[in-house]
Amino acid sequence: MKILIKNGRLIDPANHRDGLYDLLIEKKKIVAVEEKGKLSEAEAGASEVIDAEGLVICPGFIDMHVHFREPGHEYKETIETGCQSAAAGGFTSVAVMPNTDPVNDNRSVTEYMLRQARAKGIVNVYAIGAITLGLKGERLSEMGDLKSAGVVAYSDDGRPVMNSELMRRAFEYSKMFGLPCIQHSEMLDLTEGGCMNEGLVSTELGLRGMPTEAEDIMVYRDIALLKKTGGRLHVAHISSGGAVELVRLAKAKGLPVTCEVAPHHFSLTEESVRGFDTNAKMSPPLRAQPDIDAIKEGLRDDTIDIIATDHAPHDVTDKQIEFNHACFGIVGLETALPLTLRLVEENVLTLPRAVEKLTSRPAQIFNLNRGRLGVGDVADIVLFNPNAEYKIDIRQFKSRSKNSPFNGWNVKGKVMRTIVSGKTVYDGSSR
Amino acid sequence: MPLSVKHILGTRGLSREDIETVLDTADSFKEISTRQIKKVPTLRGRTVVNLFFEPSTRTRTSFEIAGKRLSADVINISGSTSSTVKGENLIDSARNLEAMNPDIIVVRHESSGAPALLTQFVDCPIINAGDGAHEHPTQAFLDLLTIREKKGTLAGLKVVIVGDIMHSRVCRSNIFAMQTMGMHVAVVGPPTMIPVQISSLGVDVSYNLEESIRDADVIMMLRVQLERQNKFHISSLREYSNLFCLTTEKLKKAREDVLIIHPGPVNRGIEIALDVMDGPHSLILNQVTNGVAVRMALMYLLLGGSDEDIN
Repeated sequence: MKILIKNGRLIDPANHRDGLYDLLIEKKKIVAVEEKGKLSEAEAGASEVIDAEGLVICPGFIDMHVHFREPGHEYKETIETGCQSAAAGGFTSVAVMPNTDPVNDNRSVTEYMLRQARAKGIVNVYAIGAITLGLKGERLSEMGDLKSAGVVAYSDDGRPVMNSELMRRAFEYSKMFGLPCIQHSEMLDLTEGGCMNEGLVSTELGLRGMPTEAEDIMVYRDIALLKKTGGRLHVAHISSGGAVELVRLAKAKGLPVTCEVAPHHFSLTEESVRGFDTNAKMSPPLRAQPDIDAIKEGLRDDTIDIIATDHAPHDVTDKQIEFNHACFGIVGLETALPLTLRLVEENVLTLPRAVEKLTSRPAQIFNLNRGRLGVGDVADIVLFNPNAEYKIDIRQFKSRSKNSPFNGWNVKGKVMRTIVSGKTVYDGSSR
Repeated sequence: MPLSVKHILGTRGLSREDIETVLDTADSFKEISTRQIKKVPTLRGRTVVNLFFEPSTRTRTSFEIAGKRLSADVINISGSTSSTVKGENLIDSARNLEAMNPDIIVVRHESSGAPALLTQFVDCPIINAGDGAHEHPTQAFLDLLTIREKKGTLAGLKVVIVGDIMHSRVCRSNIFAMQTMGMHVAVVGPPTMIPVQISSLGVDVSYNLEESIRDADVIMMLRVQLERQNKFHISSLREYSNLFCLTTEKLKKAREDVLIIHPGPVNRGIEIALDVMDGPHSLILNQVTNGVAVRMALMYLLLGGSDEDIN
């Protein structure tokens, strides 16, 4: 059975393609990529033809930072609902963070997660293993065993590794396995009790602030350690201008540092916290305008390598409460595309570069055999209409949780179809 | 004029007209508290619920007396915030209360923003009686009333607020209200107790008490909130007192007619010396008296009253 996708604008950054191309898929792979019109339906022998007129065809998005809550907190999200949310957002691959219950700090949890994902067969799920046992920051996890079970990186996400000696050893030890350490960079002693960015808004609202320096100091520490140890550092959800500058300097020195930004950190400022909306509560917190400007500059000059959502589903019982008690985080998979396209509209990124940060670049950093659409590659594809306007409606989310500050936003950019290994896992044409 | 707002969550964003309406109404209610029979039938049949999640004696009592002098039925409920699922108590309490049709809920809570959250779950007006380090609007009203009584006017006055600015909801409510009324506000305290970027609000910042009070019309001493300090904000109470306790000696730098106010309860000898507290400049007890009047005014206005109807 062959599928022909025709008349679309193919953007395939890894193969430097941006133009009108038709794609032929057979079984799970791409078997032909030709200029528009060169693959006739009859010759191709396609049993299904998808007309992508007016649509962008690109590699399925890859999100290296999601929380799917299974095992442990299935009332917020399961691997199945998380995968459905991913598919609806145009993502064909996601990497799940280890802060589940039990923590993914050993082979059996990794295997459980990957087995669940395979059984549901929606999108590709990669696992990120814990740096330390139980995310406690006391002892290293069995990184070798985790790797052989399938993890693609190590992180104590949400629980930064505060002990510098331990972090040094984590960089050193992980070198044996060639996988990066992902740090949620936050000096916890500077943010204790904090629930939003420290600044004018926290001062007015009487909420305890989390200063940007808490992020900057840990990013600096990790870069300093990395210089000594080797290994690889990936800075999760960068949010402060200071941290962006530190990563820029480290890259200029040739250090193996990469980083990601979450769409909310370039779309919203701390002003969103006014009114005590707990959907504006995240960690790292929404920052001030100068930080947003620095993030955009970082995206422009490639200091910021990739866009990752930090998809953090929370139930109303965890969000519809006092601001200081509410959980941190928002769901992000189903709003990532339209928010990223705003960067294109603002001339921060060209469309191909935006696509790159959602596809080939994360694949490259985490060594995934995905994110490109050449002949022979796996047919993980998203078709989206960059000009379709609509209003974000959380009730339409596939995610089990609806905690999003973007509800009601008028946006552009709609996922029309998500294809994983040649199989359509989401059809948005009817929505 | 009736108030333009349904709830009193804070003074930020209130118009000058609203603030004047509250003060004028409070003024006319003051007389009731001097009668032998201190009760008018204005809110007869109405139910006021005091929902306090934080210990409080004077504020709760003040609201209770205010409600009772207007003949409302006043119910006091002490909530606890210590349950394992934080917040469940607040929403559940609110929903339960709502089902019993209260006319006003007065809420105090340790979390900034808790009263704003409550407004999503109840229909009746809510009065914020202090939320976290956010706002304490009724305190600001009573402070303004006290100052206006003595000075005759508010616009143009210079107020110096002294102490733990960072953790003070009283301070925030006063800054917003005083600025709306055309007053000039300065804050004084150790830098560790001054929140970041507060000067962006248009207040002056100083670390020196004696210098800052020179041309002040009003000095507002804040309570050192011993329970809210983490150990890094001050070195010792002794040093804090040396630097920021308002003593007769330091007061010599101030003007003859300076007024001293304090939201209470007072840590005697820590932020204010005994003789200053009981001295001729001090209006601390006037504030308490005015607190009842201000709260009567708010209850009356929120339930549809207008200041023109009173006289």
